[in-house]
Parts: sequence; structure tokens; C-alpha cells
Amino acid sequence: MTAGTLDTASAGAGERPWRIALRRLARRRAALIGLAVVVFFIAVALAAPLLAPYDPLATDWRAVRKPPSSLHLFGTDELGRDVLARLIWGARASLVAGIVSVSIAVSVAVPLGLVSGYLGGAVDGLLMRMVDAMLAVPFLILAIALAAFLGPNLTNAMIAIGVAQTPIFTRLTRGQVLAVKHEDYIEAARAVGNPHRRIMLRHILPNVLAPILVQATLAIAAAIIAEASLSFLGLGQQPPAPSWGSMLNTATRFLSQAPWMAVWPGLAIFSLVLSFNLLGDGLRDALDPRRG
Amino acid sequence: MVTFLLRRLALVLPTLFFVSVLVFGLQQLLPGDPALALAGEERDPAVIAFLRQKYHLDEPLPVRYLLWAKGVLAGDLGESIRIKRPVRDLVLEKLPVTAELAALAFVIALAIGLPMGIVAAVGNDTVIDYVATMVALWGRSIPNFWLGILLILLFSVHWGLLPASGFVSPAESLSRNLATLIMPAFVLGNVIAAVMMRHTRSAMLEVLSADYIRTARAKGLSEVRVVLHHALRNALVPVITLGALQFGELLSGAVLTEQVFTIPGFGKLIVDAVFNRDYAVVQGVVLCTALAFILLNLLADVAYVLVNPRLRG
Repeated sequence: MTAGTLDTASAGAGERPWRIALRRLARRRAALIGLAVVVFFIAVALAAPLLAPYDPLATDWRAVRKPPSSLHLFGTDELGRDVLARLIWGARASLVAGIVSVSIAVSVAVPLGLVSGYLGGAVDGLLMRMVDAMLAVPFLILAIALAAFLGPNLTNAMIAIGVAQTPIFTRLTRGQVLAVKHEDYIEAARAVGNPHRRIMLRHILPNVLAPILVQATLAIAAAIIAEASLSFLGLGQQPPAPSWGSMLNTATRFLSQAPWMAVWPGLAIFSLVLSFNLLGDGLRDALDPRRG
Repeated sequence: MVTFLLRRLALVLPTLFFVSVLVFGLQQLLPGDPALALAGEERDPAVIAFLRQKYHLDEPLPVRYLLWAKGVLAGDLGESIRIKRPVRDLVLEKLPVTAELAALAFVIALAIGLPMGIVAAVGNDTVIDYVATMVALWGRSIPNFWLGILLILLFSVHWGLLPASGFVSPAESLSRNLATLIMPAFVLGNVIAAVMMRHTRSAMLEVLSADYIRTARAKGLSEVRVVLHHALRNALVPVITLGALQFGELLSGAVLTEQVFTIPGFGKLIVDAVFNRDYAVVQGVVLCTALAFILLNLLADVAYVLVNPRLRG
């Protein structure tokens, strides 16, 4: 058997489970609702310039802290800015932060986990102790510390969240690699003389992607909360640029006068995070061969 | 047992080394001259020169690391630039406040998560199970600082039942202490309760299908006795060790909760330090949380082996 036939065989076998998984996902109502809400928020973020009823930065001294009305559906904030417009534009910061930080974590962690699990030995030992060290610092505290030392802005917040999530993905990938590396098809790929890099990328990686995809979806939910938390603390998106976390921070100063300022941004974070969690849970069930 | 402990300790030592490298490395992320950055708002050349000398900033990096690590090992976590006090004292001063908040939160999490997990497992695939799963999903998805804000809106602004912020020491007045802590502890416990519920449910489901449970049922024991006496006792082991792993979650949550409710604890210390650019305090807090996490996990592992006779070699 040549390496070529092995590749074709593994690709053929790898294609069908994905299709089965998609069909299973389509049967899960909760996951589909999650997916629909996520798509809705992405559409809102993309179409923000068209959808926002006002300029999110435009202040209006005649409309300071006005309750929801036909003029301002979600009310106005302490500078007379339209809360709905800021919510719509804020979706961009949250989604970008969620997706970019998880992409950073995945792109650093997956190669590290592959190498660590595949090579084993001293490299694995060293990498895992580094991962343990990073996991020993609570996620948000590590993100706060990194954001503090890097400087407070949205880009650094995304880097901080991405770095803080890296150890979780490294450990997950390594665990998956360990589970498959002694399978017959990997041994066969090794026996026909494939180089390590090819075995890792062509034979192991496609077979460990499913749990990474599930974790990534759930990690986006965690990253969105983390970005909102950092912005709430003043370490993420800087004012006057709109972000749900910083809107909530401002709202805490006007709780008795303008409670609507605190309700909508929180509800937006909650719905988006809930949707990613529903989608992630659905994907996990759909990709798990043991579940029907 | 001794071999297990030695093997476990052998893993902890390199982790501790990397934690120290990570915490020391944070300082290297500062842009520009570290002495200027460490001085924060302070522009006095004497202070900057003092910092340069104190942190050996003219020395090469490995030498600086060794000198810093030597200080840490002797219990010197540096000095707060702002408050002009040793970081160690600040940490020790704030720790009891956060510890009380975290302990209360943990009790609330246990009170909600355990019964819900048991009920969900017993009523597997019924409406109760479905409701419990929804509640767990809610706990995982709600940003706890928003939940805190909503509770303040309801219980403080709207009904005027509980104080919106502040902290009263239990030595001063226990009732006022609990009144200030009950909302933050609920907010913090809510997330842990969700995790606890999920784990209790899956641990119980596994145990309930074991042979000895079938035997207990066959003996004619009541279902309540089977569930609480036979199943729960065994299901509790993984749930208890989970407690140690949730410590990080508690501390992360405490940072935000303390900020929302203006509680002068560990979390507020790190956030204030970030804004005062008091970097030694930030490093001190990160180092202490990591050490506490490693220690708790070590203890949890030992406890796990102690209560699980099959693992005792």
C-alpha cells in the first residue's frame, strides 16, 4: 500500500462522519436556535452602518438619559447617545474579540499540542509543565495581568484572552493526539515511511479536529464574556468606542436614574453567549459517535 | 502513598518554576524603559533611580530573574509604588475578605448544585432533568457582573432591602456583614452551582447504574436510602475534588463581583493596582493565586487518593 492510497482511504473515511454530524446537528432544535441567534448577531454586526438608527458616538445634550421611547427604542445614555445604536455597533467588538482571541489560541495551541502529544518524551514533559503553570493562574486574572502590562485596548485584550486560552487548547489537542497516535492507520502511515510532519498534519490532525471545533465554539462564548469583563473593568475597548462591557460599566453609575442602560447590553451579552453555548453543546453531541 | 506524593511533588516543582518565569516575564511586556513604567505616575528621578537599583534593571535578564526569585522565596513580593507598603502585607490584608466571600459562594453553590444534580440524575430524561439542564446553561452563560447589576437594581434600588455596595467586617457586625455579602456570594456561587450540578448529575448517573446499587435495590431498600446513602456517597468523591478546580473560577469571578459591589478584597486589589499602574501588586496577586491553586490541587489529589482505597498503592 502506498502513502497515496492511505491518504485517499483516510479522506474517504473522514468525509462521511462530518456529513453524519451535520445531519445530527440539524436534528437538534436547541443547537439550531443557537446557530440562528449567532448568525443574527453576525448579520447585525456586519450591517451595523445600515441598521443603527443614530451615530453611536453622537452626543445630544437635550436627550440625556431618556427612557425608551419611539424616538430612541432602547433609551439614551448619560451623554444622550442612542443605546440601540451603541448596542448594534458593540456587537462588532464582542464578535471580533470572541473570534480573534480564540483563533489566536487555536493557532498557537494546536501545533504545540500536536508536537507535544506526537513526540512525547522531554518535549512533552516541558510543554505540559508550561501549560500547568499557565493553567494555575485563573483565566481572567491572567487576562487582566496581560492586558495591564500590554496596555488597555481592544487589540491587547484579544491577545490577552487568546494567550490565556492557549493552555486549554494545547492540553486538549495533546490528549486527542495521545488517543489516536497508536491507532493502526497511524502505525501504517509510519510504517510506509511518511515523515513526522506529514503524519501529524495529514493523518493525526484531521482526526482530532472534532473536539477542537467543539471547544472552540464554547471558547468563543467564554472569550465574549472575558472581553465584556475586561471592557467592564476598563481594560478592553476604550471609550467612546461602543462595547457592551464598557456600556455596563457606565450604567453602574446611573442604576437608579437610568436602569435601561444596564439592561440591554447585559441581555445582548447573555443571548450571544447562550447561543454559542447551545451551538457548542449541540456540536459536541452531534460529533460524538457514542451519542445517537 | 509516599511514592504517589513524591511523584506528585516532582511534577509541582517544574510547574512552580514556570509560574515564577511567567510572573517575572509579565514585567518584560512593559513597553519602553521598565524603570519609568514601574514608576507609573511618579516622575521623580530619585524614585526612578531607586527602582532601577531595587529591581536590578541594569543587570542581565537571567541575573534579574534569579535575584527576584531569591526575594520571592524569602517572602518578599516587592513593594507597592502607590501605597508604599510591602505587597505581601496588602495581599494578607485583603485575603480574608475574598476568602469569606468565596466560602459563602461555595456554600451557596453546594446548596443549589448538589440537590439539583441529584434530582436531575434520578429524574434522568424527565422534565426535572430538562429544567436542571436549562438552569445549568443559564449559570454558564450569564455574565456574573451583569447578574450583580440586576440584583442591585431589584434588591437595592427597587425594593431597598439590601445594601448595594460596601463591606462590613464580621467582627464589627455579623448581620450587616452577611447583608453586604449575600448578593455578591449568590452571584459568585451561581456559576459554580451550574458546574457542580453538571458534575453531580453525571457522577450520580454513573454510580446509579453500578451493580452494587442494583443489589441495594434488590435488597428492598427504599429509593431515598439507595440514592442518598449508597449512590451519593460514592458520587461525592469526584464532586469534592472538583471544588479545588473551581477555585480559579471563584477568584476570577471575585475580581468582577468585588468591582460591582465595591468589596475591598483580593479582586479589587488587582484591579485598583492595574489602574494605579502598581505592577508589583499585580505580579504579587498573580503569583499568590497561582500558588494557592497549585497547593489546593495537590491537596485535592491527596484527598482523592485517601478516600479512594483502590488508588492507594
